[in-house]
Amino acid sequence: MAVETREEAVTIKHHSEDYSVVGTRPVRHDGVDKVTGAARYGADVSQPGQIYGAVTRSPHAHARIRSIDTSKAEALPGVHAVITSDDLADPGDKVTGGGEATAVPLKYKSGNVLARGKALYHGHAIAAVAAVDAHTAGEAAELIEVDYEVLPPVMDVREAMKSDSTLLHDDLHTDFAGEMSEAPSNIAAKFLFEEGDVEAGFAEAAVVVERVFNFATVHQGYIENHNALALWHGDGELTVWCSSQGHFTIRAEVADILDVPISKVKVIPTEIGGGFGGKTTCYLEPLAAALARKAGRPVKMTMARADILKATGPTPGGYVRVKMGADSDGNLTAAEADMGFEAGGFPGSVVAAGCMCVFAPYKLSNVKIEGYDVVVNRPKTHAYRAPGATQAEFASETVVDEICEQLGIDVLDFRTKNSAEEGTWRAGGPAYGRIGHIECVEAARNSEHWQSTLEKPAGTYRGRGVASGFWFNIGFTSSAIARLNPDGTVTLLEGSPDIGGTRSSIAMQFAETLGIGFDDVIPMVVDTDSVGYTDVTGGSRVTFATGYAAHEAANDMRRQMIEGMADVWDVAADSITYENATFTANGESASFKEAAHLLNEDTQQIIGKATVTPEKEGNAFAVHIADVEVDVETGKVTVLRYTAIQDAGVAIYPPYVEGQMQGGAVQGIGWAFNEEYFYDDDGRLRNATLLDYRMPTTLDVPMIETIIVEVPHPGSPFGVRGVGEVPIVPPPAALAIAIYDAVGIRYRDLPMSPHRVYAELAARQNGAGA
Amino acid sequence: MHAISYAAPTTVADAVSILAEHGANARMLAGGTDLIVQVREKLRDTTVFVDAKHIPDLMQLSVNADGSATLGAAVACHQIYGDDAIVAQYPALVDACRIIGSTGIQGRASVGGNLCNSGPAGDTIPPLIVHGAVANIAGANGERTLAVEDFCTGPSRNVLGDDELLVSLTLPKPADGSGSHYLRFIPRNEMDIAEVGAGAAVTLDGDTITAARISIGAVAPTPLFVAEAGEALIGQTAGEAAYDVAANIAREAASPINDMRGTIAHRKHLSFVLTQRALRGAVARARGMEVGHGH
Repeated sequence: MAVETREEAVTIKHHSEDYSVVGTRPVRHDGVDKVTGAARYGADVSQPGQIYGAVTRSPHAHARIRSIDTSKAEALPGVHAVITSDDLADPGDKVTGGGEATAVPLKYKSGNVLARGKALYHGHAIAAVAAVDAHTAGEAAELIEVDYEVLPPVMDVREAMKSDSTLLHDDLHTDFAGEMSEAPSNIAAKFLFEEGDVEAGFAEAAVVVERVFNFATVHQGYIENHNALALWHGDGELTVWCSSQGHFTIRAEVADILDVPISKVKVIPTEIGGGFGGKTTCYLEPLAAALARKAGRPVKMTMARADILKATGPTPGGYVRVKMGADSDGNLTAAEADMGFEAGGFPGSVVAAGCMCVFAPYKLSNVKIEGYDVVVNRPKTHAYRAPGATQAEFASETVVDEICEQLGIDVLDFRTKNSAEEGTWRAGGPAYGRIGHIECVEAARNSEHWQSTLEKPAGTYRGRGVASGFWFNIGFTSSAIARLNPDGTVTLLEGSPDIGGTRSSIAMQFAETLGIGFDDVIPMVVDTDSVGYTDVTGGSRVTFATGYAAHEAANDMRRQMIEGMADVWDVAADSITYENATFTANGESASFKEAAHLLNEDTQQIIGKATVTPEKEGNAFAVHIADVEVDVETGKVTVLRYTAIQDAGVAIYPPYVEGQMQGGAVQGIGWAFNEEYFYDDDGRLRNATLLDYRMPTTLDVPMIETIIVEVPHPGSPFGVRGVGEVPIVPPPAALAIAIYDAVGIRYRDLPMSPHRVYAELAARQNGAGA
Repeated sequence: MHAISYAAPTTVADAVSILAEHGANARMLAGGTDLIVQVREKLRDTTVFVDAKHIPDLMQLSVNADGSATLGAAVACHQIYGDDAIVAQYPALVDACRIIGSTGIQGRASVGGNLCNSGPAGDTIPPLIVHGAVANIAGANGERTLAVEDFCTGPSRNVLGDDELLVSLTLPKPADGSGSHYLRFIPRNEMDIAEVGAGAAVTLDGDTITAARISIGAVAPTPLFVAEAGEALIGQTAGEAAYDVAANIAREAASPINDMRGTIAHRKHLSFVLTQRALRGAVARARGMEVGHGH
C-alpha cells in the first residue's frame, strides 16, 4: 500500500502498478477552450435562416385537454409554424429509450414532449410555435387557447397509492414481475427483492431499529439550459445540434417520436454545461425538428430556467421505510425496506435502483425489499447522479448509525465487520467481484479527519457523522476510432459527451496502451455519423467503458502499424516487436512518430477501432465524514469540515476524480439542507427559480477534502471503476448523523432546512417545559 | 415582450413629465436588478424605462453641514459602503448594502430602488427606518417628504403616484453614543432573500439606553417599524434582560406567512432571535466595538 499526499488530497493505492501517463495531472485537452470562452455550447450554434421556437405550457397540474385552438397564434405576423401532439408520430405500442434511462413505451416519451389528451404536471408542454424571433414566438405561444377540464392534482406518493386516488392514466395497471393488476392504479410497478428469511433474521437480533424517512423532489441543477437546433436537408435528412449526455440516445428518441428512419437523423453534440443524469433524454429536440419540418426553416430553441425546473426530470421525492436487526456482537441479521418513489406524470422512477442500493454496502443473508413506482402530478422524474441511491441509503445509513449507538459499537468497526466483499450477494445480483468498501472504511478510520478531535467550545453545538455509499457503475456500449496522423499524433474519435474531463481520461488510457505522450492524443467527441454507437454519458461508465474502447482501439492501431511496418521494412510482421513506443525488427528501429511518418510516406492509412460492451460493473463505494455546527437558535447548520473517501479503482486522471468527489459531495449537501420542490395546493410549482430553489453556493460549503482509494477493478484494463456518481450518496446521511451528534435529534426528512431543524428543537424544548 | 422605449432625463422635472405622460407604463430604472427581472418574468408591464442615473439629484451622496446625510435614490450599494463618512454614521444601512445579492449585484443595485421595489424582505428598508430616514419625493404636483416607515403600503406597493419619483433619502445625524446594526436570516450564506431581517439603532448614555428604534422585515406585507419595542428600551440598562423585552414585542408584532422561504412559527421565532442579535450589535457599536456584518 502506497500513500501519496497532496494538499487536502490523499491517494491510497492497493496495487503496485506504475504507469507513465495514467495517474498524472496534465492540463486537460479541453481546458484552454473552456477558460477562454472559445468552447461552443448548444446555444452558441446557429444556422442561416434560422427561426426561433417557444413552448406553450400547462398552467395546471392535472387537466384533461378538451381542445387546442392555434388559430390566433398562426395568424400572428412572423409566426411560421405551430405544432401540437398531432404533429408527432402516433406512438402506438412502440418502445423507445435505453442506456441509463430504462426503455419506455413511446407513448410516454412522446407524451412528455407534447401532452396527448391530458396535462399531467404544471409546465407540461402542450404546443410549440416557431417565429421570426424569440419574442414573437413567445407571444404566439401565449395566444394558443387550450380548453382544459381541470382535475384534482395528485401530488403525494402515499396519496397516489391509495386505491381510491384520482388516476393519472386510466389505462395504467401495476406491473409486478410481468403480471398486470386487474384494476388501473397510479402504482406503475412493484419490485420485490428477497433472500433468506427476514423473520428468522429479526428473531436472532438483539437490536432491531425500524424508521420511516421522507424526502423532497430535487433537481439536478445543471447550469447550462436545454437547447436544440434542427435543420432539415432537401433530401429528408435531419441534423440536430444539442447539449445532451448521449447524442445516440437523442437520435433514437427523435427518430421514434417523429417516426423518421434513424439513418436519416444526425445528432451533433455540443459542449455540455452539466447534466448529472438529467440530459440523458430529449425535451426540445423533437419539437425543434417538428417545427423546422413544418416551417421549412431551421428552428432553434432554448429553455428558460423556470421551465427547466417545472418540466424537466427531477429526481423523485417519496419515502423509504427501513428495518434492520443486529445481534449483540454487532452482526447484521436481517434487513427489510419498502419504498415509494415519485415517477412524475409518467411511469419510470428509479425505485428499482433504490431497492438494489439500499443495503448494498453490507453482507446480509436475510433481506426483503419492496419498491413502488408511483405516478403523481409532478414532472417526469429522470436520472440524477446515482439515481435512487441517495434517497435509499440516507435511510439505511441513518438506521445503521442508530443500531451502532444502541449496541455501543464504533460505526467504522461495525462497517468493517458487516461490509460487503468479493462474493457477497447484492439485491438484484450479481455477486460482487473485487470491491473496496472495507478499504474505504479503513482509509476513513486512518484519516487525519477521523483521528482529529472535533473541538466543541462552550455554547456551541457541534457533531460528527459518517456514512457509506454504494453505486453500481455500469458498462454498456462504447466505441472509439483512432486515426494515425502523419506527424505521429493520434486523433481519437469518441461518442461520449465529456461532462467530467473524460476526453482526457480516455486519451490517457489510449496513450498508456501505446506508450505515447498525453499530448500526442487529440480526443474529439463527434456526431452520430462519425463514430460507432456509444451509450449515454451516465452510470459513471465513460472513463471505464469508453476508456476500454480506446484501449482496444490502441491495440488495433498497434497491430495495424506492425503489419504496415512489415511492408515498409519488408520483414515478417511477427518479427517486429513494439516496446517503449518503438518498433524493432532485424536491426531496424523506428519510434512511434517515425513509424507514423514512414507509414504515411508508404500511403498507408492506419485507423484503429473498437466497440466494447464490458460486462462487469465497477461497483463504487464511498465513505464520507462530516463535521457540523448547529445554530440552535435559528436551526441553521454549518458544515465545518467534510472529507470524501472513495474507491476509484485506479484514478486515471486524479484531479478529475477529486473534482467528481467534491462536486458529488456538494450536491449531496445541497440535497440534505435546502433543495426541494415547493408546490401550492393547486399543484403549481412556486419556487421555479434558482433564488428559491436553493442550491449551495461556494460560501455554503467548506473545502471538500478527498481521499482516493485505489482497489483496481479487475474488469478494466487499467482498473477503472468509474467515479462520478457515488459521492452524492453519503452526504444526507452523514450530515443527519452529525446533526444528531450535535443536538441529539434524529432528522429523517429531507431537506433538513433551518425551519425543519428549528421545529424539532422547539418541540423538544416545549416538551421538556411541559 | 413588445418593443420598449428608454429615456434618460437629466433633471427631476424632465423625469416627472415623462412619468406623467406615460403613467403606469413608465418606471424609473436605477440598477435594474429588480425591474429588469420583473419585466422579463412578465410581473410588470413596463414599456418606458426612465433612467435615473443621469439626474444629479438622484446620484448625490453627501454628509451635509448639519451632519445629516443625503442619499440620492439611484446611488448603488457599493458607493455607500465605500464612503467612510457614511460607514461611520449609518452602520445598519451599510450592513444591508454589504449583504444584498452578491458583490456584482451591489455594484448596480441602489438603496432607493430597493425601497421603491417595496418588497417585504427588502434588506435596506429596516435600516432606513431605524436610522429615521425621510423620503424626498417629487411629482407633477410638486415635492413632498415622508418618513420611510410610511412609504411602503403592501407587497410591491408604495405611496408613489404614477407621476412621482423618489429623489433622495435624508438620514438625520445620529446622536453621540449611537450605534446600529442590521442582520437577516437566510437559509444559504449569500444570494438569498431574507426569511426574516431585523435592524436596531440605539443611543446610550453610559449603560442606559436613551433612544432606540427597531424594524423587522419579511414578517408582514411591509417592513415593520416596531416603535413599541424601541420605546420599551428607553431608560433601561443595555443588556439581555432589556433585549428580551424588545425582542418579545417584535415577535408579537410579526405577522408572517408560510411560504417556500419559511414557516410562520420559524419567522415569529426568528423575529425574536434577530431582534436580540441586532440589539447586541447596535449596543456594541455604540460602545465603539467592531461588529461584523451578518447574513
